[in-house]
Amino acid sequence: MDVLINLSLNGLATGMLIFLLAAGLTLIFGLMDVLNFAHGGLFAWGAYSGIWIYTTTGSFLVGILGAILTGMILGIITERWIIKPVYGNHVQQILITLGLMLVLSEMLKVVWGPNQISAVTPDYLSGSWEFGGIIIIKYRVFIIAVGFAVFLAVQYLLKKTKIGLVVRAGVMNKEMVQSLGVNIQRVFMFVFMIGAGMAALGGMLLGPYSGVIYADMGMEFAILAFIVVVIGGMGSFTGSVMAAILVGLSGSFMAYYVPDLALAANMLLMAVVLIFRPQGLFGAKG
Amino acid sequence: MSTLLKLEQVETFIGQYHILQGISFEVPKGEVTVLLGRNGAGKTTTLRTIMGLNTASKGSVLFKEEEIKSLPTYSIANKGIGYVPEDQGIFAGLTVEENIKVAVKKENDETQQRLDWILDLFPDLKKFWKKPGGLLSGGQKQMLSIARAYVNDNELLLIDEPSKGLAPIVVEKVMESIQQMKDKTTIILVEQNFMMASTIGDSFYIIDDGRTVSNGSMNLLREDEEMRRKYLGIA
Repeated sequence: MDVLINLSLNGLATGMLIFLLAAGLTLIFGLMDVLNFAHGGLFAWGAYSGIWIYTTTGSFLVGILGAILTGMILGIITERWIIKPVYGNHVQQILITLGLMLVLSEMLKVVWGPNQISAVTPDYLSGSWEFGGIIIIKYRVFIIAVGFAVFLAVQYLLKKTKIGLVVRAGVMNKEMVQSLGVNIQRVFMFVFMIGAGMAALGGMLLGPYSGVIYADMGMEFAILAFIVVVIGGMGSFTGSVMAAILVGLSGSFMAYYVPDLALAANMLLMAVVLIFRPQGLFGAKG
Repeated sequence: MSTLLKLEQVETFIGQYHILQGISFEVPKGEVTVLLGRNGAGKTTTLRTIMGLNTASKGSVLFKEEEIKSLPTYSIANKGIGYVPEDQGIFAGLTVEENIKVAVKKENDETQQRLDWILDLFPDLKKFWKKPGGLLSGGQKQMLSIARAYVNDNELLLIDEPSKGLAPIVVEKVMESIQQMKDKTTIILVEQNFMMASTIGDSFYIIDDGRTVSNGSMNLLREDEEMRRKYLGIA
C-alpha cells in the first residue's frame, strides 16, 4: 500500500511539473497557433535564475518569485522579437524556436557554467510525514499543492474574468475577437507571459525535487510537455492537466514495475490516444 | 443627410488575386445601404476591407471623414463599427451569454438597455442563454451574431448575408429585426436575397468583378428589370 501511495505521489508531483510547462505550451498553441519549442528553455532559465536567487538571498519564496519574473520577461522578449515576425509560418516557427531553445541552453552554460548545479530543499519543506507506516515526502506534496493552486488560478482567470473570456474566444476565432474591438496582440503577449511564468515556476520547483539542475533539462522536459499537449488535446488547458497527471503517473508506475518500458511508456500512451482519439483527450475535432 | 462612410477607388488583393479593383460608395447616416452582386463579385471582401481584415492596397476608406484604411481591425471596431460576418463568427464553445459578454465594451445602463431590447427581439437567445453557441440552430446563430454587433453603441453595422442558408420563416424574423434596428443605427447590408434587400434597403450599390458599377435608390432598382437581369441574374 505504501508503495502505491508513494508511486502515486511521485507521479502526481512529476505530473504537476510537466503540467506547469505544458499548460503554457497548449495555451500558446491554441491561441496563437505557435509551436514554441523554446518553451523548455524558459523552464530551464526559471530553474537557474530561481535557484540562484534562492541561494543568494536564502529565501525560497523570493527564488520562486524571481524565477517567475525571469520567465515572464524572457517570455515577453521571445514573443515580441522572435516569434511575432513569424506568426502564421509553422516551418519558420519551428526553426526559430528550436534555435532559440539551443541559444537559451547555451546561455545558461555561459552564465552559470557547464556543470550541473545542486539545489537543496528549504528546511521547512524537507523531510517527510509518517501516517500509519506510510512515509510521505513533504516537498512532493508541496509541488502537487502548487500545481493544483496554479491550475485553479488559471481556471479562474480563464472562466471568471473578461481577459480569460477573451483568451477562450481568441482560441476559437481570432479574427472575430479583433472585429469585436480587442487588440489580440496584447492578448497574445499576456498569454505568452503567463505561459512563460508557469514554465519558469515549474523549472524552479524541479530543482529541489531532483536535487540538481542542468542546462539541458529544458529540452528533456519539453519533450514530455509536447507529449502531454498532444495527449490532452492541442489548445486544451484542462486536457493539459489531465494528460500531465496521466503521464506523470504512468512514468512513475512503469519505472517501478516495468523499468525496461519506462522510457517507451509515454510514447505508447500517446500512440494509443492518437489511434482512438486523434484530437487528444480534450481537444476539439478538426 | 451626412455621409458616415465613404470608400473611394478601393483596391484589395488576397494573395495574388486582385479581388477589389475599384470600389467606391457612400453610406449616408441613418440609412440602410445594400451591396448587391453575383457570387464572387467582391461584396464580402468589401466589408472585410472596411473592417481591416483584408488590407486595401489603394484608395481610401473614410469613416466620419477619418482615414481608417491602415488601422488595425480592433481599432476600426472601436471607432464604432460592428461586424456580422457571413459565417456568423460565433464562438462555438462559449455560451450565448459569454458570446455577448465578450463583445461588450462598456458595462453601463445604456448597454443593458440595448441588450434588453435585442433580447426582446430575439427571445430564443434568452431561452438558450446558458447554452454553448455551437449548439444553436443556423437562425439562432445569426440572431446571436446580430445581437453581438448591436449590443455596443456602434454607429455603423456591417451585415454580411444574414439570410444565407436560413429557412424562410427565420429569414422573415431576421429581416424584421434589421428593419427595427434601422431606426437606431446605420447599416451596410450585403444580401443575395433581393426580396429582403429591396424591402429593407434605402439605396443600393451593385458590385461586379470587384468594381461598383451602378447605384441609386432602392425604388429605382425595383423598377429597373434590365439592370436586375444584367447584374444580379434576376428578373
